[in-house]
Amino acid sequence: MHGARKDLLAGAVFVGFGLAFAITANTYEVGSALRMGPGYFPLVLGSLLVLLGIAIAVKAFVAGEGDDLGPVPWKALVLLVAALLFFGYTVRGLGLIPSMLVTVFMTAMAGRNARVIPSAVIAASLTALSILIFVIALQLRLPYFGFWLQG
Amino acid sequence: MDILQNLGLGFETAFTPINLLFAFIGVALGTAVGVLPGIGPTATIAMLLPITFGFEPVTSLIMLAGIYYGAQYGGSTTAILINLPGESSAAVTAIDGHQMARQGRAGPALATAALGSFFAGTVGTLALALFAVPISKAALLFGPAEYFSLVVLGLIASIALASGSVLKALAMIVLGLLLGTVGQDTFSGTPRFTFGLRELYGGLDFVALAVGLFGVAEILRNLEGDITRSVMVQKVKNLWLTKDDFRRIRGPVLRGTGLGTVLGVLPGAGHVLASFVSYSAEKRVSKRPQEFGKGAIEGVAGPESANNAAAQTQFVPLLTLGLPVSPIMALLLGAFIIQGIVPGPNVITDEPELVWGLIASMWIGNFFLVLLNLPLIGLWVKMLTIPYRILFPAIIAFASIGTFSINRNPFDVYAIAFFGILGYVLIKLGNEPAPLLLGFVLGPLLETYLRRSLIISDGDPSVFVTRPISLVLLLLALGAFVLAVLPSVRRKRDEVFEDED
Repeated sequence: MHGARKDLLAGAVFVGFGLAFAITANTYEVGSALRMGPGYFPLVLGSLLVLLGIAIAVKAFVAGEGDDLGPVPWKALVLLVAALLFFGYTVRGLGLIPSMLVTVFMTAMAGRNARVIPSAVIAASLTALSILIFVIALQLRLPYFGFWLQG
Repeated sequence: MDILQNLGLGFETAFTPINLLFAFIGVALGTAVGVLPGIGPTATIAMLLPITFGFEPVTSLIMLAGIYYGAQYGGSTTAILINLPGESSAAVTAIDGHQMARQGRAGPALATAALGSFFAGTVGTLALALFAVPISKAALLFGPAEYFSLVVLGLIASIALASGSVLKALAMIVLGLLLGTVGQDTFSGTPRFTFGLRELYGGLDFVALAVGLFGVAEILRNLEGDITRSVMVQKVKNLWLTKDDFRRIRGPVLRGTGLGTVLGVLPGAGHVLASFVSYSAEKRVSKRPQEFGKGAIEGVAGPESANNAAAQTQFVPLLTLGLPVSPIMALLLGAFIIQGIVPGPNVITDEPELVWGLIASMWIGNFFLVLLNLPLIGLWVKMLTIPYRILFPAIIAFASIGTFSINRNPFDVYAIAFFGILGYVLIKLGNEPAPLLLGFVLGPLLETYLRRSLIISDGDPSVFVTRPISLVLLLLALGAFVLAVLPSVRRKRDEVFEDED
């Protein structure tokens, strides 16, 4: 049964999403087929997704086959997500240049065997390139330095 | 002749300096992402969507379309030279193309790919021009019930043609449909699944979803293992085809073009399917089937023509019905919507310059591709030496600035991270991301047509089967579904897609 983990998990994820949507949809006006309320369509789909999820899990259980999950690049996952959140949070306050430098540096560190100095170089060059493309060539008005830095 | 008039208008639009420039930029970028493994046209178009926001609609679509069909060319270059298909439809080209390269015939292989693609692209473009008007006229007869059934057909057929588990693909479609319901309900104005967040009233951001699903998730996949590319490329000399080569590729190019033109309009991975089908067809009709896999030029000519013809005719359902058949077409649909244009049968009459300009630009773009690819082959191969540790930070940097700049809303950048994780988890658990995106894009249409049909029919659901066109469409959907689950077809399909991974 161990090998079927992947499909069982996939089924569980779909059941989870289906339940979440169906239960929330039920709090809206559902209505009837004639006058469908805002909840009708998502309720039907959410229930369908639960059924599909169960079917996938059952099939995995019966067949008992499926591949191993393989490695998960945890460091990369955390760094990439942190980098994106950081960019969203600081791009206005810090401004494009500082925000971008840190974001790209964090992203570059997500690579396998990434080292600090090459990552810093990548961060600096990509920041310069982005400014060249987006601010200078495409004329997007994004301030280089944000209001947090202007005292 | 209407067609000539239309094409005349198209070329007039496409030949303005700005549109020529962006057609060129588009195909050049497309070639680049086709060459580079680890970054596909879907993620690229998603990232560039925000940038094109300020362009004229026709200019933006010309560039985005160029990226798409340009990637088909670029993919074949690396497939032939280093046995690394940068794009899934080039996987078949790698089989014989790379063998030719190892025998020192890289030049003729590349030339065959370019010439076959150019010919097929021209025919595909013509077919698009010929069929666009009649199909859109027929579509004007469609009521909400027909549209509902059409969307159902599109969604179901995309499973039939995709690889992997049918159940999982269905689940991904439904999840996509559900994600599409986030935001204000168009009928009652009730906010759904917004958790009180103002940012979600307008729905989840399409660009963030696509970038997360096809950009971030893909990067995470790639960072699982070591990407080390050793690029050992022989010098490409002598691009000319011999008389004998010309004789041998004539048939495959013609057949491939025909197959691609027809299969391209199918939902799912029409262009991938076309190249696979063409390959097996060529092997079957060949007098020397034993040469296939060992450097048969027919094995390059057929599939390369097929995928390029299909790349053009994929635009037919998008331009005439507003129905995207692939993730990339879904992104282009997004581009239309960003520009305030609702694609559908009316677009051809309402926006003739846009539609015909786009069609004409594809022909021009195909021409650029021949010029760009053959003489500059060395330059493209050099791009392969760009290490991945520089590429993926660049993708993240451009994606975050690009997405932020659409609405100036940090929330959209957070959404990239969310969809990146979601996409990665789903892909990791063996689900293909494409059906989710199609479901997401088509969800609101499906719901609107469903509710409208039922309001008109006074809640009688038989409306979908009593109207003949709607019934036919639903029967086709049923047929596609049955085909997809039939064991014999499944085995065949798995065989076809086997080499892709």
